[in-house]
Amino acid sequence: MTGTGFSRLRSPEPDPDTKQTTSGAGGGTAMRVIVPLQGVAQGRGGLVLGSVIPCALFYFLQFYLKRHRNEPKDPNSPASEKATGSPTQSPSQSAGQLTELPGLPRSLSRPLLSPRTAGGPVSLSGRANSILKCSDSPYDIGLIRVEEDPYDELGNPDGVIQLGLAENKLSLDLVKDWLAENAREAILGGGRRELNVNAIATYRPFDGLMDLKVAVAGFMSQVMEKAVSFKPSQLVLTAGATPAIEMLSFCLADAGNAFLVPTPYYPNFDRDVKWRTGIEIIHVPCRSADNFNISITALDRAFSQAKKRGLKVRGIITSNPSNPVGNLMNRETIYSLLDFAREKNIHIISNEIFAGSTHGNEEFVSMAEIIESEDIDRDRVHIVYGLSNDLSSPGFRVGAIYSLNENVLAAARKLTRFSSISAPTQQLLISMLSDTEFVKRFIEINRERLGRMYVRFVAGLQELGIECTKSNGGFYCWADMRGFIPSYSEKGELELWNKLLNAAKVNVTPGSCCHCIEPGWFRFCFTTLKEKDIPVVIERIRTVVETCKSLG
Amino acid sequence: ALDTLMVGKLTTESLFILLAILTGLSNGSLENQLCFDLIEKWVKKNPNASICTALEGVENFKHIANFQDYHGLKEFRQEVAKLMGKARGGRVTFDPERIVMSGGATGASETIMFCLADPGDAFLVPTPYYPAFNRDLRWRTGVQIIPVQCSSSNNFTVTREAVEAAYQKAQEANINVKGLIITNPSNPLGTTLDSQTLQSLVIFVNDKTIHLVCDEIYAATVFSSPEFVSIAEIIQEIDVNRDLIHILYSLSKDMGLPGFRVGIVYSYNDVVLSCGRRMSSFGLVSSQTQYFLATLLSDDEFVDYFLRESSKRLARRHHKLTRGLEQVGIKCLKSNAGLFVWMDLRRLLEDPTSFDAEMKLWRTIVNDVKLNVSPGSSFHVAEPGWFRVCFANMDEF
Repeated sequence: MTGTGFSRLRSPEPDPDTKQTTSGAGGGTAMRVIVPLQGVAQGRGGLVLGSVIPCALFYFLQFYLKRHRNEPKDPNSPASEKATGSPTQSPSQSAGQLTELPGLPRSLSRPLLSPRTAGGPVSLSGRANSILKCSDSPYDIGLIRVEEDPYDELGNPDGVIQLGLAENKLSLDLVKDWLAENAREAILGGGRRELNVNAIATYRPFDGLMDLKVAVAGFMSQVMEKAVSFKPSQLVLTAGATPAIEMLSFCLADAGNAFLVPTPYYPNFDRDVKWRTGIEIIHVPCRSADNFNISITALDRAFSQAKKRGLKVRGIITSNPSNPVGNLMNRETIYSLLDFAREKNIHIISNEIFAGSTHGNEEFVSMAEIIESEDIDRDRVHIVYGLSNDLSSPGFRVGAIYSLNENVLAAARKLTRFSSISAPTQQLLISMLSDTEFVKRFIEINRERLGRMYVRFVAGLQELGIECTKSNGGFYCWADMRGFIPSYSEKGELELWNKLLNAAKVNVTPGSCCHCIEPGWFRFCFTTLKEKDIPVVIERIRTVVETCKSLG
Repeated sequence: ALDTLMVGKLTTESLFILLAILTGLSNGSLENQLCFDLIEKWVKKNPNASICTALEGVENFKHIANFQDYHGLKEFRQEVAKLMGKARGGRVTFDPERIVMSGGATGASETIMFCLADPGDAFLVPTPYYPAFNRDLRWRTGVQIIPVQCSSSNNFTVTREAVEAAYQKAQEANINVKGLIITNPSNPLGTTLDSQTLQSLVIFVNDKTIHLVCDEIYAATVFSSPEFVSIAEIIQEIDVNRDLIHILYSLSKDMGLPGFRVGIVYSYNDVVLSCGRRMSSFGLVSSQTQYFLATLLSDDEFVDYFLRESSKRLARRHHKLTRGLEQVGIKCLKSNAGLFVWMDLRRLLEDPTSFDAEMKLWRTIVNDVKLNVSPGSSFHVAEPGWFRVCFANMDEF
């Protein structure tokens, strides 16, 4: 234990309704890794079972739908992905594994009209059709606008300034310098690493070379200031954190199950957790009164409501540091979460991809640190990590799943065949991460720059009367613009967002994209800026907020 | 051992010693290692490709580390499109805008299923087929595979009649068939489909308005006639709904670069492209790799030489293996592509109708000699006694 002085209440008996099966992988109430992945992990006929049951169900659905096969076709069927909503839904030829994107009602997959069709209309999957029906979110629209008209101090001073993408360009120069000095040797040999095309071009373990796991484990440790020592054998490496989250979702839940996710959350969770898996996300609102920290009461309420709806909750997904707010979870909260998870017998996915991007004085505590010391929760906690943010290299596609649950690791390992890190990139990163001096310098300097930008940017917003929540991590600040929205509603918020994008030409992320329950909050990413850009940004925002003030 | 073989007293042990000699001892996986030396030489001569400073006008390394656009590096897509065209003798051109990345060929197969089918839907797959389809097409997608049995009586050619029959049977069982997947050139047969067959399959899918997915991952491994005919050529010749046509590709086999994890979905259907692109995020190709490959593939002289040389070496290996086997009375299916041959060992089976006998024979090989030989049953073939032998693994030159 860590001797923080408070006592942890032991939770009562686990919820009697949740299934408990022993997996033989550790002490305490064991977690069920879901069939068919359980079959995958143990190399058995889970595949058969996994196919038979949905097949049987869909057999009946097909039979039912077959009668409706000749419904009139919708002449307005859109061919482009920018379709704005749809009038009526017509039943489809294929049963839908219903995927849900925010704000959309559940619907069956729709047939697609094609002019040269011989037979009926071309039918795609429910997943493909769901993106057809979905109009672009503000998140997407903003990114597109920046792409079309990007700000450039000299070349395009009236362009759109990007504050909507959580990318860190502040320390790219450090990476570039390292590469300029070392890449040749790292990739081409000389010294220990002889170029051997055989080594880089052949098939290798899909879940990553052991050397890279060692290097990533070491990096994670350094980033978290040596509070945890990560065991390389407990790592599964993936091509980015995005597939890591999806893989864990596939391993821990079935289609139709749910995860509890505190809001506001990273918009792409909707894609990563729900889209292809058929899993649902239940929002657990966090409020400004709590500084947007998680409340166990809210978690509990959400869990009970889910149960009433007949939804099986399989786990909680937390982000620490959080996105979009940027707050860090303190030890007390982590212990409470673990208690809650134990009580309900569910998993915790701790998304820690900004662990190295903290600034300020607050201590970052990884869930890994806690489970190292506590025996009982080892099987239910899984950490997602990646190099995209902390090493400013999202292009290289390196993500990781860290877990002490052997069943989950085994299943995840098998899924890495779909999402494996490119071999030459692995070699390059082994070199880079093994250069511990460089890593140490990078982390330090990066944190310093982050902190400085944060302070300046927040101060700039303050000049305009915009306050931000206290945050110590991530590339952004979470701004309170409730005083500037025309109405206290999502509509009002989007009107302000629109003004900021089109009048001020600044792309920011409105809280509604992150499912924030309180309208008027915005995420501003400042890590794609240089310090001298800040006054430019502030001035642009000023033009908009002054008009809003005068209206209000 | 060779004496024994020559006089016709073929024992299984001696056969497999022979195979070991003919194929070179391998590490067991299906790889094209014949032209590593060429890639190695090129990399040494072009260090800037590896450290990403070669391409003019393209972002330098600073941006490469940061580049995560799921559309993929434009130059990368252009060069891949060009390569695909070259592998088809320049008879078709490919549009870089229709190229979508995925995590290796494995990722490509899975992605196209996610785009085209829902759990419970089915795809027809002619046998024998690549064993990992059972995983790649089904695990997370929930799609089922309906095998279309092909037989040795017509050299395992897939016929429209067989496909039609399997389709009808599925309809009667109320299974929703979403499409047909063919692998051309075929794994494990090593044969290419002729124009006529391809046309009949295209007409079939068009009639039923179901999808046709063509896994053309071995396109550039064709080493002798007949010439490779791509589905892309067929749809130029006959009028068909292109929204139904999709091609899978990769650099793992043609270029011998499986470690790079480059999978490609090429679709003529815009919605599928859009969906597939978003799914790219689950298996994006590393920007460093995209950059490197864009540079490598832009060296036309090298690529042309590589493709020619690779063909030659494959032909040589293939010839050595099949001739050696012929001399001891072992026939292989006549093939013109791929990294393997489909060997007929039916007469060595204790019981020619039994798959158990096949497994027994196979275990002998695996226990005695470490050979890259796979039993036909793993490819879901209807008749026992066939084995796939790979010949493109590393060997002393």
